[in-house]
Amino acid sequence: MATKIKKTILYVLLIALALMCILPFWLMIVNSTRSGVEITHSFSFLPGKSLRDNWVVLFDYVNLFRGLFNSVKVALPATLLTAYFSAITAFGMAMYEWKGNNLLFRIIVIFMMIPGQLSLIGFYNLCQKLHLIDSYIPLIIPAMASPGIVFFLRQYVKATLSKALMEAARIDGASEIHIFHRIVLTIMAPGIATMSIGAFIGNWNSYLVPLILLNTPKKMTLPVMISTLNAATDLQKNQGAIYLGVAISVVPIIIVFCFCSKYIISSISAGSVKE
Amino acid sequence: MAVAKKRMKNRNNAAYLFVLPFIIVFLIFSVYPVFRTLFLSFTTYKGYGEPEFTGLANYIRVVKDKFFWRSLYNTVKMWSLNIVLQLGLAFLLTIVFSDIKYKIRGLAIFRAVYYLPNLIAATSVAFLFKTLLDWKYGTVNQILLASGLVSEQINWLGQKSTAWAVVSVIQAWMWFGNSFIILMAGVQGIPNDYFEAAAIDGAGRWKVFGSITLPLLRPILLYVAVTSLIGGLQLFDLPFLINGVAGASTAGEPGGTLQTVVMYLYKFGFETRQVGFASAIAYTLFFIILFISVMEFKFLGGKED
Repeated sequence: MATKIKKTILYVLLIALALMCILPFWLMIVNSTRSGVEITHSFSFLPGKSLRDNWVVLFDYVNLFRGLFNSVKVALPATLLTAYFSAITAFGMAMYEWKGNNLLFRIIVIFMMIPGQLSLIGFYNLCQKLHLIDSYIPLIIPAMASPGIVFFLRQYVKATLSKALMEAARIDGASEIHIFHRIVLTIMAPGIATMSIGAFIGNWNSYLVPLILLNTPKKMTLPVMISTLNAATDLQKNQGAIYLGVAISVVPIIIVFCFCSKYIISSISAGSVKE
Repeated sequence: MAVAKKRMKNRNNAAYLFVLPFIIVFLIFSVYPVFRTLFLSFTTYKGYGEPEFTGLANYIRVVKDKFFWRSLYNTVKMWSLNIVLQLGLAFLLTIVFSDIKYKIRGLAIFRAVYYLPNLIAATSVAFLFKTLLDWKYGTVNQILLASGLVSEQINWLGQKSTAWAVVSVIQAWMWFGNSFIILMAGVQGIPNDYFEAAAIDGAGRWKVFGSITLPLLRPILLYVAVTSLIGGLQLFDLPFLINGVAGASTAGEPGGTLQTVVMYLYKFGFETRQVGFASAIAYTLFFIILFISVMEFKFLGGKED
């Protein structure tokens, strides 16, 4: 009996904690449907009727769909590049013997531990020299080299791909690159998917680098665009519109999460698995 | 035999082609910038023209700069409260969910919900809480007033005593689910035999936790502590946006208490364009992170080989 009561208390606490994770988002959705006056006067847990008005106020100031579109234009190719080139690099490192393989592995491990702020200024300086300021190229191309993902996929190939299978393919006359495209990619798919979703969310949410690189308002990605709401005094008067703007930026990620939460959670656990 | 060897060699040569694109991009966009920052830290570079060499002058300026130390103090303070709350909560949850006696169900759902705040861009989180915590009209103060917990609105983000703690708590809110997932994966990786053997020996819950779970989790704990430190000391988005007025956000209002090291770096690197000085800040922070990481390895890593 005592166990049962304790167990109930535990469930109540766990659910309370879960509510604390959801409540701010719920309030966000509720407030994005209420007028500025309603919001300043009282709170509510139920939606109001001013969604359309807030929408008009918000989009008068900023076209969030452009930001959404820009974010897709950056995050999607970056993620695809990360997926393909991390996989092929991991494959080359795990299944072949070549000079410098170990050295590359060591350098990758070191760079996994180096904080991003260390390269920030040098990176900006490089982009200046290459005339890549205000371009999407420095937001996309560097995704080809993601040390952490190569590290993970290298372990993954080693664990899942057998040399016998590759030998069999070779006897059938397949070239090495052919083996990679036809056989290895399929076998690696779950690992690649796990890493890609993590990479996509990282790209999608990235703020500091797009902030320093992009100058033209039209080119801004969603997080940078959201941050410009700070300057909008008209919007500050109408909190409903601010909530709506934040809600629009949050919804795509929540949709991705609903479909891929399993992959996302295994990508987090994967990070801590030791060799 | 010779033919086979030659074929093997050709085969391994293919690997160079596989890794080459990675290596080229890695050298240009990852390795070069790190060394470029190092080089610039020894110069008076202002964002244009030729960098002029000044030796260690920038580093001496960093060490003597009380605002740098204040920003470091702020960052460490915000990280400390965050890591205590985040790890403490994650730990409690791990204990609850791994308890053999209670057999709590719904791990997958709870885990997903606890992780939700981590998915959202810090920019959106900053705006959401900035608006919810508004002094006069924020929903949080309205709820607190209505429930009678406070008698007047609290200026959460406007006063020095609460603003930094609010940022820490939001950080913990964003990250505890992440730590929980990692710790839980660690516990699930412990072979069941250990727990069964302990049960046969009649070991109690806390005994099992203290002598089996905790020691076996130590490397994972170390991983969480080190990655959280690397991320935490680079805190930028949240304090930069949560209180900033456009164009002057790097000040870290109220009273500079929210100014983190990377905000300080940003101020010099991208606003006042003292790029050499900003680079020296980056490297000083790097060495501080390195030093604390080594300390963490010493304390948490134990005598592992």
